[in-house]
Amino acid sequence: MEVLVFLVPLALLLGLLGLVGFLWSLKNGQYDDLEGAGWRAIADDEPVRQNPTP
Amino acid sequence: MQAMRDFSHYVRDLGSGVSHIDLAVEGVSCAGCMSKIERGLSALPDVTLARVNLTDRRVALEWKQGALDPARFIDRLAELGYKAYPFEPFRAEAVETEQASFLLRCLGVAAFGAMNVMMLSVPVWSGNVTDMIPEQRDFFHWLSALIALPAVAYSGQPFFRSAFRALRARSTNMDVPISIGIVLALAMSVMETIHHAEHAYFDAALMLLAFLLAGRYLDQSMRRKTRAVAGNLAALKAETATKFIGADEISEVPIAAVQAGDIVLLRPGERSAVDGSVIEGQSKIDQSLITGETLPVKAGPGTAVYAGTLNLSGALRVRVAAACEGTLLAEISRLLDNAVQARSRYVQLADRASRLYAPVVHAAALLTMLGWVAFGASWHDAIVTAIAVLIITCPCALGLAIPAVQTVVSGALFRSGVLLNSGDAIERLAEVDRVVFDKTGTLTLPELDVANAVEIPDAVFDLAGRLALASHHPVAAAVARAAKAKAPLAGVEEIAGQGVHGFLDGLEVRLGRPSFCGADQLANAILCRDPEASVVAFRHGKVRHVFAVRQRLRPDAGSAVAALVRGGIAVEILSGDREPAVRHAAQSLGIHEWRAGLTPADKIARIDELKRQGVKVMMVGDGMNDAPALAAAHVSMSPVSATHLSQATADLVFLGDRLAPVVAAIGFSRKALRLMRQNLWLAAGYNLLAVPLAIAGLATPLVAAAAMSGSSLLVILNALRAHRGVRELN
Repeated sequence: MEVLVFLVPLALLLGLLGLVGFLWSLKNGQYDDLEGAGWRAIADDEPVRQNPTP
Repeated sequence: MQAMRDFSHYVRDLGSGVSHIDLAVEGVSCAGCMSKIERGLSALPDVTLARVNLTDRRVALEWKQGALDPARFIDRLAELGYKAYPFEPFRAEAVETEQASFLLRCLGVAAFGAMNVMMLSVPVWSGNVTDMIPEQRDFFHWLSALIALPAVAYSGQPFFRSAFRALRARSTNMDVPISIGIVLALAMSVMETIHHAEHAYFDAALMLLAFLLAGRYLDQSMRRKTRAVAGNLAALKAETATKFIGADEISEVPIAAVQAGDIVLLRPGERSAVDGSVIEGQSKIDQSLITGETLPVKAGPGTAVYAGTLNLSGALRVRVAAACEGTLLAEISRLLDNAVQARSRYVQLADRASRLYAPVVHAAALLTMLGWVAFGASWHDAIVTAIAVLIITCPCALGLAIPAVQTVVSGALFRSGVLLNSGDAIERLAEVDRVVFDKTGTLTLPELDVANAVEIPDAVFDLAGRLALASHHPVAAAVARAAKAKAPLAGVEEIAGQGVHGFLDGLEVRLGRPSFCGADQLANAILCRDPEASVVAFRHGKVRHVFAVRQRLRPDAGSAVAALVRGGIAVEILSGDREPAVRHAAQSLGIHEWRAGLTPADKIARIDELKRQGVKVMMVGDGMNDAPALAAAHVSMSPVSATHLSQATADLVFLGDRLAPVVAAIGFSRKALRLMRQNLWLAAGYNLLAVPLAIAGLATPLVAAAAMSGSSLLVILNALRAHRGVRELN
């Protein structure tokens, strides 16, 4: 049962990683436009265009 | 004089040579629009960012400072087929966005905590009946405490703060029993863990928080969405003023950039966006949005002009007044202040329930403790049982019962074209038993319309409409709109004060005053029948026709009034317009109670009289003169075309040309109130089942967790029934 000493903190660490990921995505504005994000996934890619700006 | 548009007011400087502007865009609804707009705008040189937000219907733009004029973006969007206007977020919206993201962070932390504590709790629950040794159980409890304490300290903030505020104001709300329950549950669990006891409630406390936060977040995000739409509508009205920046130099600026003392130009056919007084020019103005009076009045130097006034004939120079300087406006704002102060604070259903609930629960917990001591249990066991009672009654379902319904109903209202300004409006709306309508702009459409369209041949109507496009006069504009004219005739000239004329197939066509077209007889015949109408005559060779233009009732006004009456709601008209006009409208709608020629004070007096009789009044009005009455009524509603003052005062705003949203809103809110009550009963019923278990000392953490999530789910599922609202009242 000593394995618990490793496994439980490991599980918590993974959970914490998820939480940090969530907070990062929140801060990054990933939830600002929930409707648009769904559509963006299926929109056609922008054709490569010659960008005049360097 | 060609005015240039100046949007510099809206541009934000982000530093390092980059500017930012937010545009509200109309008609963005799909992925196609999104990529079309983004590509179209990115193609402009120097644009560094063009991003559409489909949820809020806005575009964020960034570009390198320099040659690019923000007006160019608007033109580009117009070329792509979208109407856009710079958007300045209201402070209230910024605050709500901040709150929503804080709630979401709290929800994330609480959900993370709840999941991980649950992961530790399941082995303990199953271990208690198998072979878990006490040391392992303690290890799991300590780990739970390690997660739960910081998680609750962070994610409980919304509740703790609100409870603290309520207590400091010597009142109580739903958050007080929630906070007490959570804090006691955690404190007891820590004590139990220290003493190597079997039961700890870390999981229940965190799960409770996660459920409640989910409810709050949904409620908040619905409100935020409504506010975003309202903000966009305000921006898309694109209210600008033509301001004199030199003696003869004008510039078109957004209203936010106009200050008291500025001089603005008000051209014929324009609606004033500012309050002020005329300093130069003669004209006729339509004050119907301010006073309810539909007949135009003469304006000259010294005449007061209010935002919403329509200028009919000549150009006016207006000096912008500081807020509330005008006599009428000052009177209205005084009445409005009084009405707002006199408005009795409505106690929300949730708070009424919690006032009843908290003392009962806390008394039950106290009695449990004393009872166990009296029957010889130790103080420790008695206190643990009493706290278990508090935990199990902690109003999880109660805290969700009302916000869940509110969220679903405000979403349903939103889809049927009603925006909620205040959160508790749904409950008040459900109690309404009399609806008081203003006439002008509320029962009638805000724009003029051709009343005798059926009498005029289609070909003539088409031609007149195309001719009317050349005129700025509002009456001519009404003809053009009614004819759905798109293609203006070439070579049309406007003769000031008379009308417009041109040539088609060698014959002269004219549109304007009856005398200008030689149609006085026809016009007089129409005016005898309908003295309220404005007339505009048309002549093509020898063919003469006269259009009667007037404010028309909203297309479904009759059926909406009938639906209200069928639903047992009395209907009444209070109008500032003259008697014949009001009588005509009342008769054609079958409304028996109406009053005409009322001042804003008269309207308030009538509403107060109704209130004294115990009638719950809903006021529906749009004019500035309605604003005090809107504030005085039990609940109030404005069309989206209403003046700023009225829209800000009203509890709800409805969109579109139809009155159906008014009826739908009452139907939805009645259903919502029913569901809220049902939910409260469900929550109470759950407590009746669970509390005896807790009093008997049988509420193990497993039972608490199961009961809590079960009752929350039940309440949420019941609330979801609200979106299938009732369009007909019953």
